[in-house]
Amino acid sequence: MFKILEKRQLSEVVWEMVVEAPLLARHAKPGQFLIVRKDETGERIPLTICDYDAERGTVTIVFQPVGVSTMKYLELEVGDGFADVVGPLGRPSDILDMSEEELKSKKFLFVCGGVGTAPVYPQVKWLHERGIDADVIIGCRTKDLLFYEDKMREVAGNLYITTDDGSYMHKGVVTSVIDELVAEGKKYDHCVSIGPMIMMKFCCLTTEKYGIPTVVSMNPIMVDGTGMCGACRLTVGDEVKFACVDGPEFDGHKINWAECLKRSQMYKSAEGEAKLKYQEGRTHEGGCGNC
Amino acid sequence: MGDAMKKVPVREQDPKVRAANFDEVCLGYNEEEAVEEASRCLNCKNARCIQGCPVNIRINDFIAKVKERDYEAAYQIISLDSALPAVCGRVCPQETQCEGKCIRGVKGEAISIGKLERFVADWARENGIRPKAPETKNGHKVAVVGSGPAGLTCAGDLARMGYDVTIFEALHKAGGVLSYGIPEFRLPKDEVVAKEVENVKSMGVTINTDVIIGRTESVDELLAEGYEAVFIGSGAGLPMFMGIPGENANGVFSANEYLTRNNLMKAFRDDYDTPIYRAKKVVVVGGGNVAMDAARTALRLGADVHLVYRRSEAELPARAEEVHHAKEEGIKFDLLTNPVEILTDENDMVTGIRCIRMELGEPDASGRRRPVPVEGSEFEMSCDAVIMSLGTSPNPLISSTTVGLDVNRRKCIIASEEDGATSREGVYAGGDAVTGAATVILAMGAGKVGAKGIDAFIRSKG
Repeated sequence: MFKILEKRQLSEVVWEMVVEAPLLARHAKPGQFLIVRKDETGERIPLTICDYDAERGTVTIVFQPVGVSTMKYLELEVGDGFADVVGPLGRPSDILDMSEEELKSKKFLFVCGGVGTAPVYPQVKWLHERGIDADVIIGCRTKDLLFYEDKMREVAGNLYITTDDGSYMHKGVVTSVIDELVAEGKKYDHCVSIGPMIMMKFCCLTTEKYGIPTVVSMNPIMVDGTGMCGACRLTVGDEVKFACVDGPEFDGHKINWAECLKRSQMYKSAEGEAKLKYQEGRTHEGGCGNC
Repeated sequence: MGDAMKKVPVREQDPKVRAANFDEVCLGYNEEEAVEEASRCLNCKNARCIQGCPVNIRINDFIAKVKERDYEAAYQIISLDSALPAVCGRVCPQETQCEGKCIRGVKGEAISIGKLERFVADWARENGIRPKAPETKNGHKVAVVGSGPAGLTCAGDLARMGYDVTIFEALHKAGGVLSYGIPEFRLPKDEVVAKEVENVKSMGVTINTDVIIGRTESVDELLAEGYEAVFIGSGAGLPMFMGIPGENANGVFSANEYLTRNNLMKAFRDDYDTPIYRAKKVVVVGGGNVAMDAARTALRLGADVHLVYRRSEAELPARAEEVHHAKEEGIKFDLLTNPVEILTDENDMVTGIRCIRMELGEPDASGRRRPVPVEGSEFEMSCDAVIMSLGTSPNPLISSTTVGLDVNRRKCIIASEEDGATSREGVYAGGDAVTGAATVILAMGAGKVGAKGIDAFIRSKG
């Protein structure tokens, strides 16, 4: 069992847990992910590693309970545990391969939204620890969904927050902030975007326009996470890649977004049915004829 | 007494009934049937069946004990050479191995060695008999990567020699392909696989699940931590696809994904959360055991299933029994047929598959006649799911993170056939990680070879 040491609500819809997993924590690097299985009947769910503490032997996960599996995580309290937490999976972030000179010569921009804000944090922190201040844009629908503002401000160069409805700071979507920053004359050499797939897609369309190389972190449907099932395949350039072993980070300008967006819908109706069953019991038996 | 020339028939679930459940197809011999079948054995002095067995089980000896109704003795004889008899009795391709060499088989039908092995293993399990644990430990530590057939066999053999063995398993459950790949109706998980894993543990082997060697820890770290040798039995790896248009559509799965969802994650059961796509008409591409497993799983999940294979029936690599069972259950075989494109709707959901007819030409490198497309023979078949069962390519996780571990052109780990030694001192390997996708029993054979190699290596160090 992998014991939960901390549990807190970050926003109206996002939760954070700190979980004991010493071996994983000792080997985790920014950009990697892990797989969680709550109990014997649970699914294997991939989640990005949001922070890790090798000394304490812990990893931090951040999730938005949208499906049955993540909704069930909320049943667990501090002191309970997950049946399985396995990783780190995938390749570490590209920035880890850069030499110090290369890092120092570049101006970094991070663009994040939703639960993607959490895994951006360790990367920005990692750069900050090396004396590099990256600019960060956090986008959310409304103020109540914002989290990690203070944490991010501590490690970021400039922090830009934007809300779709204008309830806090800038009004608009993340791409409008990129447009404004570029218009102001800011130059970026490397962009990292993590968040909802549709946000990453539009971020890439915008950065492509300005010629800013952009890396995205993909979180497609997976089963084992070690390369065995191939469910996470996606097209990058003219090659088919497995997000779990070749990624999860890829060149965002080369991804076939239309295909990725469609593939992410594969189990939508099954997930919807499972959610109804979980929330309302077996009221949907036999189907309503509408779904 | 029946006809001595013929096998005692084995009872099976009726094809119509079993096509709708996941219970085991073959019901196995009862005591009387087993003794009768054992009595057909000629107990040859130079038993050729033993040479046909990749782990050289003393077949004539154990069958003689069955004839005497001393099943416990029969079990201990098998256990000297195999850690997984209940598994092998069910999934080995006996017709090309032990039974293929049987003298009885020259004029009549070979002895049902597999069914007898299964009977003995099942009897032992039902009667609480376990393999003998080692009396003393030798104090040497060995790490085994992967708890599939190769790893379990290697670990079991080393434990029997007195080694302190720890297995590291990437998934949450031990068994490797026995757990994620081979379906329940062929190999029951709780009654058979879990029990044989328990038997290996009862010999003193520790199994650590949720540890991915190459990620959670490296082979180099294991060696630095005091393991004197490491055996890599990490299995086959990444599923292959054909590279045809439409292959990334929703409704196209690798057999690995489809089977893992169903077998490891138990998607066929209502009380488990993992979803599986319940298609109405499924096309399975491939002709091996995995293709048969995927096809028969889809059938049980309610689909009408076609199996598309580019060569003819004679070249089907699957076990004869699997092909026979699949046909009985109503799987339709489209032989000498190859997909060229997967058809989709505007939402990228599979709607069909375009195939081309094939004919057999000159023999290719594998010695089998090469299938060549028949020009102008393309046709379309409607379906809402396609399962690709085309084999696998090696997983780079271990080879790319282990210093000095050589791989061949196909990216398989290079290991000696004599002792399993790799290019790295103290590191041994065997099974699909070395050969590419093969069978359970060949992996077990490699596990045995690796155990002997590791024992010799550690002894040589004094």
